[in-house]
Amino acid sequence: MITLSHYLALGAVLFCLSVAGIFINRKNLLILLMCIELMLLAVNLNFVAFSHYLGDSAGQIFVFFNLTVAAAESAIGLAIIVVLFRNHRSINVEDIDSLKG
Amino acid sequence: MFELVIFYLFAALTVMAATAVVTLRNPVFAVLALILAFFSAAVIWMLLEAEFLAIVLVVVYVGAVMVLFLYVVMMLDINLAVLKEGFAHFLPLGALMAVLTVYLMARVLGPDNFGLDRYYPPVSHGPGYSNTRELGLLLYTDYFYAFEIAAVILLVAMVAAITLTLRRRKDRKFQRPEEQVAVRRDDFVRVVKMSSEES
Repeated sequence: MITLSHYLALGAVLFCLSVAGIFINRKNLLILLMCIELMLLAVNLNFVAFSHYLGDSAGQIFVFFNLTVAAAESAIGLAIIVVLFRNHRSINVEDIDSLKG
Repeated sequence: MFELVIFYLFAALTVMAATAVVTLRNPVFAVLALILAFFSAAVIWMLLEAEFLAIVLVVVYVGAVMVLFLYVVMMLDINLAVLKEGFAHFLPLGALMAVLTVYLMARVLGPDNFGLDRYYPPVSHGPGYSNTRELGLLLYTDYFYAFEIAAVILLVAMVAAITLTLRRRKDRKFQRPEEQVAVRRDDFVRVVKMSSEES
């Protein structure tokens, strides 16, 4: 019998993997964006698992909206990366320091 | 029992693919590993009886967003050696972070709090049950306002992505329809009266 703990543990492992990915791929903007997608997948998995075990479909509706926002986010993020590459000839995070932050 | 085998199989596949996403050197392979992760996550959502969302994840996410990722990765001519420089340097810190967070979450998410005695799995629906119909009924009644806002968000994202990447070239030749329409005969045609030549 699969318990709710199984799904939550899988979501936690996925989330931590993507956090670690953001730590170790600090230079490549594209991989950073992919790690964010993976994080959103982990969160969505938790939503679906709770929705199933609590018998409430509202969680699945929320995942639907999450997917919408994630698609919009990745489209704009990729457009920004393309424009950055056109101007800087690189997507290294360390080269993007015009604001001296 | 069969469900448990399926769960462990695809959970392992998802975790392996996620590890590949964060460790592979080539971004093209990383995107392909991410696609594998989404596929196996869709199977796990099937186990949770969220059929509509599983199909949406495959069709919309893998079919549209991941292909967009692949296009961008292949369009950019990036220097991989420079981008991977700090990989070994940050690896211990990242691994420590991940292990620590997993340990803390496992303390909370274990069977003590979310086991079978607290959350018993609901009886599965009969063959006539349609997850899509259920979600549609909710989406177009209770959540209709949010649905419209989501549509506006998608429109804004589309306009933003197009305006960001649109490039106006100065040497481009193009037609101006309004000037073409406004042309009068007198602007271009001049009738000249000449006397006929003598033979």
